Amino acid sequence: MGPRMVRATLAGLTALTLAGCGGGTGSSPGGSTSGSGVTGTVTVFAAASLTESFTRIGEDFEAANPGVTVRFNFAGSSALANQINQGAPADVFASAAPKNMQAVTDAGNGDGSPATFARNQLVIAVPRGNPKRIAALADLTRPGLKVALCAEQVPCGAAAARVLSAARVPLRPVTLEQDVKGALSKVKLGEVDAALVYRTDTRAAADDVDGVEFPESAGAVNDYPVVVLKNAPNRAGARAFVAYVRSDRGTAVLTGAGFQAP
Amino acid sequence: MTSAEAPTAARGGPPRRRRAQRVPAALLVPALAGLLFLVLPLAGLVVRAPWASLPQRLTEPGALTALRLSVQTATVATLVCLLLGVPLAWLLARARFPGRRLVRALVTVPLVLPPVVGGVALLLVFGRRGLLGGWLDATFGFTLPFTTTGVVVAEAFVAMPFLVIAVEGALRGADTRYEEAAATLGAGRWTTFTHVTLPLVAPGVAAGAVLCWARALGEFGATITFAGNYPGVTQTMPLAVYQTIEGGDLDGAVVLSLVLLTVSVAILAGLRDKWITSA
Repeated sequence: MGPRMVRATLAGLTALTLAGCGGGTGSSPGGSTSGSGVTGTVTVFAAASLTESFTRIGEDFEAANPGVTVRFNFAGSSALANQINQGAPADVFASAAPKNMQAVTDAGNGDGSPATFARNQLVIAVPRGNPKRIAALADLTRPGLKVALCAEQVPCGAAAARVLSAARVPLRPVTLEQDVKGALSKVKLGEVDAALVYRTDTRAAADDVDGVEFPESAGAVNDYPVVVLKNAPNRAGARAFVAYVRSDRGTAVLTGAGFQAP
Repeated sequence: MTSAEAPTAARGGPPRRRRAQRVPAALLVPALAGLLFLVLPLAGLVVRAPWASLPQRLTEPGALTALRLSVQTATVATLVCLLLGVPLAWLLARARFPGRRLVRALVTVPLVLPPVVGGVALLLVFGRRGLLGGWLDATFGFTLPFTTTGVVVAEAFVAMPFLVIAVEGALRGADTRYEEAAATLGAGRWTTFTHVTLPLVAPGVAAGAVLCWARALGEFGATITFAGNYPGVTQTMPLAVYQTIEGGDLDGAVVLSLVLLTVSVAILAGLRDKWITSA
């Protein structure tokens, strides 16, 4: 085998490597909008913790507005804020914390000021039946216990850090997950004994996990703001969707999922 | 992948002299477009880099910790791949057994599998409740997820096919007459392998190891899924880059990416000059 062949192999395999390194979130502009009224596609970038309730609200909204399709991009709020600021064609941004919303509005990408539409609170997610008998925040520091937190860059992690430092609980997690669903899935898979996630997440995963309430979480309640984006391809649709989220019907879905009304 | 069954590939011979010819435009244009496509994103990183604050950002302890962890785990993962992958490649290239084509297809599965899926699959086997992981935990009280060893496992899983394919290709391209001669002279299969085959395909093994190392160094999906993300323990450079972007610090992410890029290119270029071109 000569050097030429080695180089050919290298080149071919390098191409393969690069092909395997794709990723990211695909998103394309919304469908055609017809000036007045609500039609076409509304693209909503929403925090991972809104997955279940916004999917439901989206279906209700589509049913109430025939001819409208709602498309969601669910991810960590900071990732979404980045994507929007890098020019992703989204109509609506719903964040799990004001900080990530501010990153978008500070960059001049919000149309009008954001409105808080829900609040969420942390609970301790444990495998169903609570095998390790975790009853309080301080139990999480028990030796040998594996705990997952969100990274501080995302809202659930920022809230967790606030709660833990206020309660002076020196917790050393085994992993810092990039969004709340990541932390929750580590509990579902049984890889960790507990995770700090939102109350809504444990409700949505009630088949696999239990949520243990703890009083300190009242000190770090997350406001969820929503805004129509300045470069929204479907502004009319975006406004209608935001109004629907904030309506009584939208609020009912949110509180049913475990959110508190603003 | 080479699948030529011919035992003797054209080898050596005096280099043919080529007349200086014009490169056909039909090849040149797409070739240059391809080059541009590969190089432009890298240029983007360089242009976007915050050069003024670079020295200060480089000395931040977090960046160096992640870099050290990345280089260490990728190196150990490559050693593991060499230890297991070279014999596997030999088996695929030299041994005759039923279902060989299926085995070869299975070996390449991690290539096409999205790394995140690979991470989930690893959890299902080596996780605390996994097929083997449950036994490991119960018997030795040892679990792989969230450990540096877990990072190595994830990287080796994703990177090993690159080594196996490269080495198998080298073995198929190598002249088997040397091995046959060794066998006629009384050498056993093991002796033939270590004294004849391995030196013969050393450049291929080196190329495979370099690819394997590079793939392991850039590994993200399987690592974050299987090993988690904790600074100093499982947070490799790609994970640190991702977390920095998540935090809205694009400048910081660009700096980390450049560091990873520089180190990997320097190491690859060094190895390449040393081994690969001196066949």
